[in-house]
Amino acid sequence: MECCNKRRMMKESPESNFMNRRGSSCFPDEVLERVIGMLKSRKDRSSVSLVCKEWYNAERWSRRNVFIGNCYSVSPEILTRRFPNIRSVTLKGKPRFSDFNLVPANWGADIHFWLVVFAEKYPFLEELRLKRMTVSDESLKFLARSFPNFKAISLQNCDGFSTDGLAAIAADCKNLTELDIQENVIDDKNDNWLTCFPESFTSLEVLNFSILHNDVNFDALEKLVTRCKSLKTLKLNKSITLEQLQRLLFRAPQLCELGTGSFSQELTTQQYSELESAFSNCKNLNTLSGLWVVTPQYLPVLYPACANLTFLNFSYAPLDSDDIAKLLVHCANIRRLWVVDTIEDKGLEAVGTHCPLLEELRVFPADPFAEGDARGVTDSGFIAVSQGCRNLHYVLYFCRHMTNAAVATVVQNCPDFTHFRLCIMNPGQPDYRTSEPMDEAFGAVVKTCSKLQRLAISGLLTDLTFEYIGKYAKNLETLSVAFAGSSDWGMQCVLEGCPKLRKLEIRDCPFGNAALLSGLEKYESMRSLWMSDCKVTMNGCRLLAKEMPRLNVEVIKEDGSDDSQAERVYVYRSVAGPRRDAPPFVLTL
Amino acid sequence: MAREGLGFEITELRLGLPGEPKSLVSTNKNEKKRMFSEIDDNGEKEKKSNTGGNLKTTESKAQVVGWPPVCSYRKKNSMNEATKMYVKVSMDGAPFLRKIDLGMHKGYSELALALEKLFGCYGMGEALKDPENCEHVPIYEDKEGDWMLVGDVPWEMFMESCKRLRIMKRSDAWQIEKTYIEIDEIKEKNV
Repeated sequence: MECCNKRRMMKESPESNFMNRRGSSCFPDEVLERVIGMLKSRKDRSSVSLVCKEWYNAERWSRRNVFIGNCYSVSPEILTRRFPNIRSVTLKGKPRFSDFNLVPANWGADIHFWLVVFAEKYPFLEELRLKRMTVSDESLKFLARSFPNFKAISLQNCDGFSTDGLAAIAADCKNLTELDIQENVIDDKNDNWLTCFPESFTSLEVLNFSILHNDVNFDALEKLVTRCKSLKTLKLNKSITLEQLQRLLFRAPQLCELGTGSFSQELTTQQYSELESAFSNCKNLNTLSGLWVVTPQYLPVLYPACANLTFLNFSYAPLDSDDIAKLLVHCANIRRLWVVDTIEDKGLEAVGTHCPLLEELRVFPADPFAEGDARGVTDSGFIAVSQGCRNLHYVLYFCRHMTNAAVATVVQNCPDFTHFRLCIMNPGQPDYRTSEPMDEAFGAVVKTCSKLQRLAISGLLTDLTFEYIGKYAKNLETLSVAFAGSSDWGMQCVLEGCPKLRKLEIRDCPFGNAALLSGLEKYESMRSLWMSDCKVTMNGCRLLAKEMPRLNVEVIKEDGSDDSQAERVYVYRSVAGPRRDAPPFVLTL
Repeated sequence: MAREGLGFEITELRLGLPGEPKSLVSTNKNEKKRMFSEIDDNGEKEKKSNTGGNLKTTESKAQVVGWPPVCSYRKKNSMNEATKMYVKVSMDGAPFLRKIDLGMHKGYSELALALEKLFGCYGMGEALKDPENCEHVPIYEDKEGDWMLVGDVPWEMFMESCKRLRIMKRSDAWQIEKTYIEIDEIKEKNV
């Protein structure tokens, strides 16, 4: 039974409602709330809340999920005041460039004071999804104690906790269905946490501990998997051997998403065939990942399970082109594929040949810092994929060089790109055939792909690229720029030309105060702006802060740096005012 | 909530040469400015660089913080996976050689277990602790071509220097040792 906070609104009878409000909504509040309550999309809810006061209230009372893209844009007090009945919270913290060490440790985005407020205002909280937040063991323990209905926790790119925190969740969250720990910096202390799930606990549906590097208590894991009959997602860590994997699969053939452990153990023939048969029994498998450390000759055990796969994440498995080709023959239904560039162009040709339904491709570099003759993927692999996979709409492609012509061909083949992220790993690298800047490549992207929402550019780029973006990329929401541009004009083009721009992150570009200030009117309609190692000064930032009091203008100061330069600038809109928890190196202007 | 370093720094994969200052974020600004190029009116690239170095030199690439934009956990994993350490293993009396991946094991005891499983020869663990008294003795050929007893040097050093492994019968090992002693004696006589 739901225990909502009941409204204390003035209840008018339905008739008087109708009499008094002719011309506006004539539904009783309860009905309005019911109807609006069915809206799931955040954008729809946002629109609905702007219609009139009745609709605003109906929307806020009926909302169960809230998504906060920047944890400093609002405070937990403001949030809980507006939305009294929230069951699920998604919060994102640090700027994305913190993934690449551009944000110092202890910057902030700590979840704790949010949890304290939630414990009081949302005692029936069920789900918490965090990205780039700092989460301590103490916070996890507090969470486990404070929310009796708690069901799902997902931590992505977070830091600050250890397996002790996981143990608390396991022990105290009696209704847990999801424990999803992805790509966090976690202190892996011991394997006890798995033993903390009580024997009576059977509700788990999602378990992901793939990033832990130590051994886990396999016995506890096997028992857990056996008794949780609804388990749909299981992502294991490196310590799990093939033999152990086989035993787990035997216990859980109903799995839909599997992350294997290490795929490299000397197997006897008997063990090999047992493993193969375990995979063929998994009829519902649609996602496969893991494969930390791969012995390629064991890949064939996967073949029986490949036909139904829609998402294959081999981004930690450096296979070569032959191995991937042999595997992909069986994977005709793949929609999303993540691979390492060890598969080279030949591997990408196999992708183009065997995976016609592909929609998303991510190619990660095996060795990002390699010099000289390092291999990987090139323009020809990119073209090959685009030729075979006409439904491609999301690409993340790391390469060492590229040509304008190749990119133009790719978008001609696949005009429906919504996400185009090209990372030419040498900063300032021109078209390697013509030695020209890569302006025309990205020009082709924005001219052809009218649905483009996200763009990451690289290579040698002049202001012309930004002119193109400003002129054509009318649906662009996120733009990532590095080592590009010639002058302030470039950034201005984007700020003036892209009406839907929400996130702009820039590093090492020659954009200064004029560029920064040209966006004065724009930043309040955006989530955030990041500029690092550009030409912005403290004075420019102070001016921005003065003109736009509803923006938080923060400068991250480093020791020994020039006092007048603003090396790292983070600008974002906020209704919560300046941060109250800023560390000494974050200056709020 | 102020937090002292939890020691995570040690797990963070760093860019830059060993012995660099403690935090890459406070790496001196000169290096960062080096990565910053301007294009003058003629379209030629001018490099603003303290060292006058090319944007594309190895040194400058290695010292750019956070570039290429690959997340730390991905960098860590990719570096590990790049090294595969398969070595041949022969066992006296077995008709076929096997291969074992040293990188898969964290220490000698794991290696011993793996060898035992491969060949069904038990007691490998004991052999490493007490080579005098076991039936099978694991030895390895190092980079210099010498045959060494497994277990003397730290595991990491062993991983790097081991080229191939051999599981000898104790009796044979003694025989070979005797031969070497005889060879040495002959050498001494001829001096």
